[in-house]
Amino acid sequence: MLQDKDRIFTNLYGQHDPFLKGARSRGDWDNTAAILARGRDAIIQEMKDSGLRGRGGAGFPTGLKWSFMPKQSDRPCYLVVNADESEPGTCKDRDILRHDPHKLVEGCLVAGFAMGATAAYIYIRGEFYNESLALQHAIDEAYEAGLIGKNACGSGYAYDVFLHRGAGAYICGEETALIESLEGKKGMPRMKPPFPAGVGLYGCPSTVNNVESIAVAPTILRRGASWFTGLGRQNNTGQKLFCISGHVNKPCNVEEELGIPLKELIEKYAGGVRGGWDNLLAIIPGGASVPLLPKSICDEVLMDFDSLRAVRSGLGTAAVIVMDKSTDVIKAIARLSKFYMHESCGQCTPCREGTGWMWRVMTRMVEGRATPDEIDTLEQVTRQVEGHTICALGDAAAWPIQGLIRHFRPVMEERIASYRKRSMPMAAE
Amino acid sequence: MTASNGSAFEQPASFAFDAESEAEIAKIVARYPEGRQASAVIPALYIAQRQMKRQTGSAWVPVKAMDAVGARLGMAPIRVYEVCTFYFMFNTKPVGTYHLQVCTTTPCWLRGSDQVTEACRKATGIKGWGETSEDGVFTMTEVECLGACVNAPILQVDDDFYEDMDAEKVTALLAALRRGERPTPGSMAGRQTSAPDGGPTTLTSLNFAPEA
Repeated sequence: MLQDKDRIFTNLYGQHDPFLKGARSRGDWDNTAAILARGRDAIIQEMKDSGLRGRGGAGFPTGLKWSFMPKQSDRPCYLVVNADESEPGTCKDRDILRHDPHKLVEGCLVAGFAMGATAAYIYIRGEFYNESLALQHAIDEAYEAGLIGKNACGSGYAYDVFLHRGAGAYICGEETALIESLEGKKGMPRMKPPFPAGVGLYGCPSTVNNVESIAVAPTILRRGASWFTGLGRQNNTGQKLFCISGHVNKPCNVEEELGIPLKELIEKYAGGVRGGWDNLLAIIPGGASVPLLPKSICDEVLMDFDSLRAVRSGLGTAAVIVMDKSTDVIKAIARLSKFYMHESCGQCTPCREGTGWMWRVMTRMVEGRATPDEIDTLEQVTRQVEGHTICALGDAAAWPIQGLIRHFRPVMEERIASYRKRSMPMAAE
Repeated sequence: MTASNGSAFEQPASFAFDAESEAEIAKIVARYPEGRQASAVIPALYIAQRQMKRQTGSAWVPVKAMDAVGARLGMAPIRVYEVCTFYFMFNTKPVGTYHLQVCTTTPCWLRGSDQVTEACRKATGIKGWGETSEDGVFTMTEVECLGACVNAPILQVDDDFYEDMDAEKVTALLAALRRGERPTPGSMAGRQTSAPDGGPTTLTSLNFAPEA
């Protein structure tokens, strides 16, 4: 269990001053010049040694990602920070942006320096208007104090940080769609390769990182990789912000070690499942895109990348959505299908047509107005969408339905049977 | 042009940025490299939408405003139309004085967004999504996940999140808005932001240096 002294986000709930004076008192911007003086390679090596895996959902090793940036470049290089937090269930970056913005700004400098970037663009979702004001204020403070700008922290390194607001499109959380949007276009994902590290923002080498991945970097570099690897589990090191929403007594955000048992996380911090643990039906452990887990798995599973993968789900953004036994689980997943239909950018046919089709069939499944073999058809269609699109939105739309069929097929069949009974009372005999 | 609920609305014959908007645009364009002014299209559309709010009381982006953005940033009009219609937060038809945006995605739905929707309908007389109340005060839009799920359900009014809502709180909030008041956004249940109900159970043993 994580102790307060090992927590990185010490103003998670905004009880203290989020701005420069308060941030300094919590240790931010403490001799940042000394971190930069270690040099690019040393910073990247320390990040690799820490084992930090990207906190935006995919879990790709952050230090390794930074090392993909060219050592020498005749074009400018950019760090792009993904603050487009839109994965249903997820609200962790919001707390960093509004309560600990200097952790992010400082992280932008050290990460950008390590990858040889000249500027960072922070792409914040449009709905976070008040959060964008807080972050912009922190950026302005950092410029004024000489922490970023022409001579960042007195290091001689010139570095800019710019804030850019999106305007309500989930797809812009996909890194190449985000870059398109930042360039002033519709947020439609690009084909990869080329990867952003070669051809990214404005055709220049770029790295896109999640807010949390960047915001934890300065603390890791100060306290050392070995401190970070001492937390969590092997290959799943460190701490993480968890968001616990849905049918719990006390929904909340909390910072904990990776690998904490799901049950402990909920009982200890979120006041337990409404009506007690035995009233649990299912949990979506990592944001809307990952398959749900029935109670039997929730009893034991650990909250980290590899443990959740082993039960055919995922840590994703560590957004835990809890559903108790009063939940119409088919309807809960159907609502997610509607979400993906709404947010599909329309570029790839399997996703544009498939998300609408899946939602329409899911709507019938909620009523039970279907035949049992249509469950198989639905499953097959999700397989045809999955992996056949430019970006992962198609996969994300498919997985929740696959999870539902895998774990709750009898509920779906029962719904169909009871609909048939209601509508055709004679035929049932 | 006809709005989706059947009510006709007029596109203004012209649109020009006022001095306040011009100053904001200049500041924003400076954030992007030379020749990359198109990056400012989303911020510029926001500026246009806000100017409409100042001038007409309704935050929306008429076609003439999209044209003005295109002219200012050196973009073909169609490129601006594409952006303006792709992103959900630009209103391409007039909205009421207050824009009620109800999140109904699963985490909010689990916590009672149906009741929030119902209470909004009852207080405003609005029947369907995207419609404006007869008095022109409220427009109601269904939105997807707002990213504040541990404080679900959320009712977003213009740019502000009102969190931990229920039917009663919605009714009180809308009545206050009608009186011209603007209650402080955030948790309506009195919670400390995203901390559990009753106060934080972590970060309780830390003492920071005095914030002198």
